[in-house]
Amino acid sequence: MTVAADEPLVHAGARARSFGFARSASHLQALPLTLILGFFFVLPILTIIIVSFWDYDFAGIYPDFMTMNYTDTLGSWVTWKTYLNTLKYAAIVWALTLVIGFWVAYFLAFHIRSTAMQMVLFLICTVPFLTSNIIRMISWIPVLGRNGLVNSTLVQAGIVPAPIEWLLYSEFAVVLAMVHLYTLFMVTPVFNTLMRIDRSLIEAARDAGATGWQTLWNVIIPLAKPGMAIGTIFVVTLVMADFSTVQVMSGGQSASVALMMKNQMSLLQYPAAAANAVVLLVLVLMIVAGILRVVDIRKEL
Amino acid sequence: MSKAAAIELVSVTKSYGAATAVREISLRIPAGSYCCLLGPSGCGKSSTLRMIAGHESITSGDIRLGGTVVTDLPPARRGTAMMFQSYALFPHLTVAENVAFSLKMKGVPKPERQAKALDMLRLVHMQDHAGRRPAQLSGGQQQRVALARALITDPEALLLDEPLSALDPFLKIRMRAELKKLQSELGITFVHVTHSQEEAMALADLIVVMNDGRIEQAAPPRTVFERPATPFVARFMGDHNVLSGTVVGTAGDAVTIGMDGGNTFAARGEGSPNGTRADIAIRTDRVRIGEAGEPTLGFTGRVANIEYRGSSVKLSLAGPGIDDFTAIIGDTAFFASPIKVGDTVPLAWRADDAIVLDRVNV
Repeated sequence: MTVAADEPLVHAGARARSFGFARSASHLQALPLTLILGFFFVLPILTIIIVSFWDYDFAGIYPDFMTMNYTDTLGSWVTWKTYLNTLKYAAIVWALTLVIGFWVAYFLAFHIRSTAMQMVLFLICTVPFLTSNIIRMISWIPVLGRNGLVNSTLVQAGIVPAPIEWLLYSEFAVVLAMVHLYTLFMVTPVFNTLMRIDRSLIEAARDAGATGWQTLWNVIIPLAKPGMAIGTIFVVTLVMADFSTVQVMSGGQSASVALMMKNQMSLLQYPAAAANAVVLLVLVLMIVAGILRVVDIRKEL
Repeated sequence: MSKAAAIELVSVTKSYGAATAVREISLRIPAGSYCCLLGPSGCGKSSTLRMIAGHESITSGDIRLGGTVVTDLPPARRGTAMMFQSYALFPHLTVAENVAFSLKMKGVPKPERQAKALDMLRLVHMQDHAGRRPAQLSGGQQQRVALARALITDPEALLLDEPLSALDPFLKIRMRAELKKLQSELGITFVHVTHSQEEAMALADLIVVMNDGRIEQAAPPRTVFERPATPFVARFMGDHNVLSGTVVGTAGDAVTIGMDGGNTFAARGEGSPNGTRADIAIRTDRVRIGEAGEPTLGFTGRVANIEYRGSSVKLSLAGPGIDDFTAIIGDTAFFASPIKVGDTVPLAWRADDAIVLDRVNV
């Protein structure tokens, strides 16, 4: 009888122990990622936020708590102009990558019949990524330059009397290079959503009398929105943080927020650059939050 | 509510490259009838339906709908509407928007199409769910919405691709009754693809049994059940024992075949010359335990398995030259004189319960 009475207790104890072990085990499993993210992500951001309140002069930075870095940054019309310029790049590049990226993804997903061919073509899209950003950007220079491929062809064909000046070292060149660099970031998530669309939905639309364009507009595009949103987040954050493309392709004639920060850092104005970084981070987070409010991307994650 | 159209297939063939899914089938489905295309998977029944719907091109042959040749018309111009196997509801639209989709494509103004969509939803008792998304509905509810969406185009024929296969057994039987009711109310032609014999028997005015891209038999359910045309139909419908042998004699409308094991069996049907191969079918539920009146109307077999099914008991037997023979015995008769696995029992049937099957299509 006593044995019978004791037994449940023993079991309960064992269960409690194994439960406690299971809990600490899952904590242990999460530990490496927590450490890595904490050290390489949370800590740097905290450092930037802290430094953004520090004081500085031409020779060094001094621990302090003052808002001058922010009032300086936000009070200057140069900052506002630079932010607007960056947002302009983001908007133009976003619109172009969205249109181009959607059509490339659409072509891959709906017009290529065999899965093997789809994969081959998709891999071809990624081939440029085997070279570095800088090299891909610089390779535009012999194409767009004053005596480059495009200009010499146009002049020789007699289409223009003199080389076109705005092809290189201009905003056009910046946008062109950015679209070239970032379109694949739009193609990939959109292709992914398009591949998941049940093909019978397209037949159902056809059965209901929808034309190809009506199907595209009423069925495919609404269902591709999560992918477009993810691609948008990629492209917008990349463009907002870009400084090398703007510097190289505009020949120093155009500015972006990240370029402004880079200049501040080269003048050892770390606290000012940190304040700028915090403002940019807040702005980008607001844009991302706005995108997430409009489109529900949870299905894609 | 709307006019029904007869559907006619004239030697329709569908090939995918070298593979042929449908081989020169010809079929006439009368206007306003409920037709079931029945067959195992890969028999070409879905391809046939999709060709009627216009979602699959026709390799050769013609399809007529109510006198019009629709072979090259797009789906929406044929007067057919299709209900897809997985329902294919648009996940980003509400129930009402799904139903009104085809009207929106036609450019019908919003208030009008909303009113018509609500009418359709009322027809399938889904008016209370108009504002929901498909993902918030159960399988049965999704099916009703798909039905409403198909019917809003006022079709002359409704094409259903395995409409009940995704539902649980109870719902299946309920929706089956509703489909039948809806069809008789609307009076339009229904073509329903299924692999379930029971479903086809319960619903159809015309059962079309397909196998390997060909039509084995197209007839009312009772004919398909009582007089299966071919061994395939007899086996697929599952209520007949099919025995193959060589014709040894013909007398009047009775044919006698000899089996490898030495048994001879008589069956009703067209005679064929002695020595040719022939198949006969014997209804499983007409076989009884007892000595046969004539030696050609029974045999003695060993019981291999017994399955209790409530109102009846299913016996699986083997005899000389017969690997698997099924007898369905009423429970009263069975329990009056129980049998064990391994027993040897005499089986008998009446002359009318054995028929000769056609070999033409085999």
